Order: sequence, then C-alpha cells, then structure tokens
Amino acid sequence: MHLPFCAHRCGYCDFVTAVGRADQHAAYVDALLRELELEGHVLADPLETVFLGGGTPTFTALPELVRLLEALPAADEVTVEANPETVTAELAHALRAAGATRVSLGAQSFQPELLRVLERGAQPDDVRRAFRLLREAGFDNLSLDLIYGIPGQTVADLEADLAAALDLDPEHLSCYELEAKPGTRFTHAWGAELERQAEAMEDYFERVVATLTAAGYRWYETANFCRGDRRSLHNLGYWLGRDYLGIGIGAVSTIAGERRRNTPKLARYLAGAYDRELESLDAGVRARERVLLGLRLDDPLPLAGLEHALDPVGLARVERLGLAERGAETLSLTKRGRFLGGAVTADILAG
Amino acid sequence: MDQSKIRNFSIIAHIDHGKSTLADRVLEITGAVSARDMRAQVLDTMDLERERGITIKAQAVRVTWKGHELNLIDTPGHVDFTYEVSRSLQACEGAVLVVDAAQGIEAQTLANAYLAIGNGLEIVPVVNKIDLPQADPDGTAVEVAELLGDDPANVVRISAKTGANVADVLDAIVERVPAPAGDAGAPPRALVFDSSYDQYRGVVAFVRVVDGSFSRREELQTMATGTRFDAEELGFFSPTMSPVESLSAGEVGYVITGLKDVSLLRVGDTLTSVERRAREPLPGYKDVKPMVFAGLFPTDSDAYPELRDALERLKLNDAALFYEPETSQALGFGFRCGFLGLLHMEIVRERLEREFDLDLLVTAPNVAYRVREKNDSEWREVHNPAEFPRELEEAEEPYVKASIIVPKEYVGTVMELNNDRRGTFDHLEYLSPERVHLTYELPLAEIVLDYYDQLKSRTRGYASFDYDLAGFKPGDLVRVDVLVGGEPVDALSLIIYRDFAYDRGRLLVDKLREEIPRQMFDVAIQAAIGARVIARETVKARRKDVLAKCYGGDISRKRKLLEKQKAGKKRMKQVGAVEVPQEAFLAVLNIGQGPKS
Repeated sequence: MHLPFCAHRCGYCDFVTAVGRADQHAAYVDALLRELELEGHVLADPLETVFLGGGTPTFTALPELVRLLEALPAADEVTVEANPETVTAELAHALRAAGATRVSLGAQSFQPELLRVLERGAQPDDVRRAFRLLREAGFDNLSLDLIYGIPGQTVADLEADLAAALDLDPEHLSCYELEAKPGTRFTHAWGAELERQAEAMEDYFERVVATLTAAGYRWYETANFCRGDRRSLHNLGYWLGRDYLGIGIGAVSTIAGERRRNTPKLARYLAGAYDRELESLDAGVRARERVLLGLRLDDPLPLAGLEHALDPVGLARVERLGLAERGAETLSLTKRGRFLGGAVTADILAG
Repeated sequence: MDQSKIRNFSIIAHIDHGKSTLADRVLEITGAVSARDMRAQVLDTMDLERERGITIKAQAVRVTWKGHELNLIDTPGHVDFTYEVSRSLQACEGAVLVVDAAQGIEAQTLANAYLAIGNGLEIVPVVNKIDLPQADPDGTAVEVAELLGDDPANVVRISAKTGANVADVLDAIVERVPAPAGDAGAPPRALVFDSSYDQYRGVVAFVRVVDGSFSRREELQTMATGTRFDAEELGFFSPTMSPVESLSAGEVGYVITGLKDVSLLRVGDTLTSVERRAREPLPGYKDVKPMVFAGLFPTDSDAYPELRDALERLKLNDAALFYEPETSQALGFGFRCGFLGLLHMEIVRERLEREFDLDLLVTAPNVAYRVREKNDSEWREVHNPAEFPRELEEAEEPYVKASIIVPKEYVGTVMELNNDRRGTFDHLEYLSPERVHLTYELPLAEIVLDYYDQLKSRTRGYASFDYDLAGFKPGDLVRVDVLVGGEPVDALSLIIYRDFAYDRGRLLVDKLREEIPRQMFDVAIQAAIGARVIARETVKARRKDVLAKCYGGDISRKRKLLEKQKAGKKRMKQVGAVEVPQEAFLAVLNIGQGPKS
C-alpha cells in the first residue's frame, strides 16, 4: 500500500510522493479503501503480509493511518515504514494497537552532515529515540534503512554508521548504495562527486557485508540482513517471484500473467481513476524474473521449471569462474558471485 | 583514317591543376559537346571522382580539329594508379602537361612528366589558371621549361576555365605531337589501356590500335592471358559511343567483348586477331600486384554476404582489387583485401560504404612482406600479420622512392620526418629559389601508417608527395602479438621494424587497458614478440556489479536493465573468457592512423 505524503521530498528520492496535503489525507485513505474493496477479492485468506510504504506513511495524519490499518484484513506480518522524526510514543502505540507487527525505520545515516546532504529531516538522536519508543511500544521486529555512498562519506563515516546501527540491535537491516537517478535534483547537485567516488563503492559494499555478517547477521538478500530468520516476509514474496496486489498511486500489482501500475497522479486517483499501465507477462518472462530475483537471495534457487530461462553457456562460464554453484536441482551464487550478482545474472539469463 | 592526320594525346597534371576543366574545354571548342550540354567534367563518370577531383578510370574521346582526328586519352591522376597511367601514356604520342600558374610544379607534375618522357612522348607544356589574381604565368613557365629543357616561349599560357588560348593548345598538339607510325598492313595489334564493365554488354576494352586493323565480329585474342572473344562492337567515344565497322592503325576506340569477367582482359595486354595473329605482343605488360593489405569486416556480422557481393561487383570494374575471405576470432567473418596503395584502399572503402551502404571495420593496413622461415630455403609472400612467422630466418619489405616538393623552409622538418620513418636521403634540388624537390627511399610500411597526414600537417599542407615502388629490401622486422587474458588477438597482430616494436607495443597495451571494461576477473593485456612479453597491463576485476534495490514496484525495470546488460554482453567479442567491445578494437586499430581525410 502506497502512502505518498511526505514533509519534504529528499533530493535523491524517485518514488511517487506528495508534500504536505494534510487536507487530502482522509480522502486518500478513503480512496485506498475503495480500491481495496474493488480489488481485494484476489487476496489470499488468510492474508500473509501487508506493507505500508511511501512516501512517509507515518507522516499521514495519525487518525487516518490508524483508520486504514484497522480496515485491513489481518495478516501474519504488517510492516509500516517510518521516518524517525515522525515517531512519537503515541504513534508507536497506535501502530501497535492497530495491528502493525513490524516497523522499517528510515535512518539512512547517523552523521549530521551526511543527513543534511541527503536532506533528511531527522538528527542521529531522533533515530535512537524513535527506535527506543518503538521497542517500548512492544515491537520486536524492527528494521533500519542505511544508505552508503553519500557524497562526502568517508570509510570512517561508514564504519561509524554501521556501529551506531548495530548498537541499536535491530532485527533487520537494509543497506543501499545511494542511487542517483538521472534527472533528479540530487544528481544535478552531486553527480560529479558520485562519479568520482564510484570505484570506492566496491570497497564500501564489501565492508557493509563483512561488518554485518561478523556481527551475526544473515546476508539473506543483496541489500538485506537479518538476525536469525527475521527476514522481511513481505519482500521475500517479491524475491520468490510470487503475486502481489498494490494499492495506491503508482502502486504496482503482479497477478498471474499481468503486471499493472496505477496512475501516479494524486488527483486522478482521488477521483477514482486508476489509468493503469498494463504489461503482460508470459511464462517465459515470469521464469526469467524468478531467476533474477531468486539469485538475490542466499537460499539456493530451485531450478525446476526454469530450464528455458537459463543460458547454458553463460551458466557454465560463471560456474567456471567460481561465481555460481549448481546443487541438485538448484543454483546459488558464491559470495563473490553475489557481489557481482547483476553481471552474473546477465550471463546466466537466456536471451 | 590516314594516320598522318591522327594525334593521340593525354593531359597530365597534378591534382586540381585543371586537367578535367581543360578536357571539358577541348570538347566544347571542337564541337564534340555543345556548350549547352556541357556538364562540367564530362570525362569523370563516378560521383566519387567528382568529389575527390580525381579520375579513376580512363576513357578516350575523339574530336576533330582543323582536319585532324584528335584522341584525348584520359589518365588516372594518382600515384596508386601509376601502371594504369603508364598504359594510357603508351597509347599516345604526346602529352599536354598542365601546371597551375599559382601553384607551380608539384610532385605529381614531376612524376607524370617523367613517366611521359620515359614513354617517349612529345610534351606540350601548358600553364593554366592565368586568370587567377595570384597567378605567376611567367615564373611558372620558366619552371616548366627548365624541367623539360624547353624554351619558356613554347609554354602555352591558358585559362581552361575561361577558354582563353585553349585553341592554341589544340594547334600545338597538331603541330608538335607526332602522328602514329604503326604498320597498317601488318597483323593487327592493339594495346588495351583500360577496361570497364557494363552490366549488359560485359567487359568493354579501351584500345589503341598500333598495327593493322580490327573488324566487327572478328574473333580476337589477348596475347598475355590468351582470352578469346568475338568483337561484338567496335567504336569510339565522341563523347557518346559511336559504333564503326573497323578500327585501324593509329586509331583509338573501344571493343565490346561480351566477356563477363574483367580479369580475363588485363590492362596492358595486347589484342590481336585469332586468324591473323601477330607474332609479338606490344612491350610493357605486367601483372599489377597489390602492395597494401587490410582486413575488411562488416560491423554487423549479418552483413557478410552483402560485403561479399559488393566486393564482387567492385572487382568487375577494378582488376587491381584483390580479396579473399578472412576469419578473425575478434572481428568475425570478413575479407583480406589487397590494394595498389592507400588511396586505392580509401576509394574502395568509401565506395563500399557509400554505394553499398555497408558499415565496415577496417584493420590497420599492412604491406606485402617476403619471408623465409627458420630452416627453410623457400621465400613466400605474406599479406597478413597473422601469417607472419614468429620464428624467422629473414624478411624483406617493399621500399618506395618518394618524391616530395616543399617550400624551402620546410626542408628540415621533412627530413626529420623521413629520418624518423627509416628513410634514406637520395637527392635534393631547387626547382626555384623558393621550392625544393627532395627524394628519399622509404619503406612502404612507414608511408602506409600515417605518413601523408604527418607530412601535410608538418608542412602546413604545402608539401606535395608522390612515390614509386622500388622493390623489396631486407628488413629487421618482427611480429608483435597482442594477448588479452593470455589469448592472442589475431586482428591486432602487427609486423614492425624491431626498434619500433617496444613503443608500439606499449601504446597498444595502454590503449586496450583504457578500452576493455573491467570483467569479473583480472585481465592481463600483453604485447609480445614470440614468447617474450614487451609490454603488460592489467584490467583489475570488478568487485561489485549488482543493483542496490529490487522490490515489487521495480521488477520490470530491473528486468529490462538486465536484459539490456545481457544484450550488451552478446554484442561483445569474446577473446577467451574476456568480453571485449568492438569499439576497443576500433580504438586500437585507429592508433596512429590520424584523422580521416
């Protein structure tokens, strides 16, 4: 479910967002529930997972957010994304009471200067405070987002961010290299600097993986780490190539042979129009997606049914190079292979 | 036609000195072409020639002037076609030497003049472009007269553009050029001085009848290649084709042979009658051999059949073009082509790209080498670095006699260039107080690289340059191989003078290191002579290549990115396990080739 409202649009963001609009929050939640009513028949019963992403879901007027959560069918995992500066004791308790089981906190960094570069609203202490409040409200499944490769970030800054995050002992961590999308304000301002430091990012990625795995986290997906088996069940669904229903502006659904995307325009959506962009996915495409998604995971990819999605020559090549290993009916990437996952997947995919 | 009333002549000139304009004016003044029909430069038929201001294929046009039959035989204007020029000149008794009054004598003026004198031709010197404000007709006339040992008063001063004094040139031809002196009663002999191919009528031979006469429908034979055919049609150009029943001693014209293969009828061969066979061929026939070779590969490997068809069609009209299939592991399927020289190569390449719409990758050109392998007494000729033995007893390379004319202040820089290029100084003379004629002996390989561009840039475009092949000489040559990931890249091998090998190897390796993208493993790039590595670089392995995020809203885009990456990989050429973009080869092949002219 997509909740687009934000206090501020950060320079690097390329999600569908809407700044402010307090007067439209209620109408938007109405619209979400209307779409859910129309489309909800495809959902499993019981529902496995719900993810409220944004935008900044916790920027949404709290009564509206609570109303939405309460209207949703019950699910095993209900994640809400939150920005640290929006988290209050009241909000934490309200989320918990309304059925949220997991919160993903957008920390990004613990260095004030780097948070400023990213145009984030929180200070390092806001992150720590938000985390404590969520714990106190009873959340035992918390995730932190970190970004590395921020212009001006040194190796010492990165180490400090990782240490500060580990200090909070979250169940889950997502660590993303900063992607400067062409055309964004951020790329305009920082593009040259990002290009200059591009090569250092190899080292940063290796440090992230080494530090977090040394601290006992499982590197279960390219950019995701967890304690024990506290994987993001919702996101795991994407990586296993399963179907999902997306609700809200810009939201994407994949159901059987079709992928569709709702209009990104708030006004159209509020007026009840979805203007969906459709993409039909044949069995071949779905199989290829299962390969490209599945190889992001540490669990071996079961190959049954994927034979036509694979390029035997490329597969032999990456095996020879020690980047992938074939088990009985499965394929997994070696550690080095996972760092080179994109290139390895391009080799392996048929086409 | 009474031979005493016939005059056969050529016009010879340095490029842009006004040969074609004078030819046009001659056609106009003699009434062969009305001024209204006059298309500038009637004799040049191909677009390319028009643009480059050069003439590739000779033709002959018959005009009449004051009761005489004048045959104007057009000659190719460039060094690469020296043999064709010499055949055309052999069909004449005289030559009009045109010199630009503003430019003076240039390298090709000399080359052509010497060639004409060597063929025993009467020279009619002409100074052209006297209408130009910067013209120096008198000074140029003195220069030309000195060259020919003639009186400056005999030099005709004209403007081919305005037509001024062009009639005087025609009078001079009639007066000074000797009439043909063949034996009209002897068995027929004609010199084939050019040929062309017509899609409907087959090979058309351009001939100068020396003895006897030829009749339509007669069975004819070439004396060197032994090809027989019936003369389907005889005629001359006026300038359109005018059929006649016979061509006799002294006359110039064409023979339609019906032959379907231009190589059956070689320029320089002697035509005779099967019934009334001449005993001796005319002197001077030689088989022209290509001296410059390069691999031509279609950038899109699917275009191979089109390239083959295009070469086949070019070859119909260009007996000097040589090609054979070549397979390169780096560049795929293509052809190793042989050319008379660099210009010939450029012309073929441009025609392939322009007329046949092909995108080509052309390897660095190399010359023909003669080699003898270790413990082998046999010499063989090598046209491709990949065939050059790594273990060598001795090797020879072609040399040229280069003729360079420059303003005197550039003599030092030209000598420096020639010394750098392994040149041996031969001769220096002042053509005028300002201009110097230098001759050097140089390895052809040094000229093939970027000599002409260098010469032009170091002399601010003032140098003019010409060369003549001067045979093979021993050379301390080595084969340098380039290895990527331990695998030799055939298309990048080169043959080079030993002392230059280290620098060249370093350059190649550095360039490749820049051009080869980082792979999933370290890639060694080496230049080697045999087993000895002379330069080495490493492209370090990538350690990270993965998209940071991938969630539900993003899967299509990520899939498309990977599909694009996959397609990019497929376009790469595989050298062992290394993926090399075609641009990398291009960049390396272009080293030292200079900007394209």
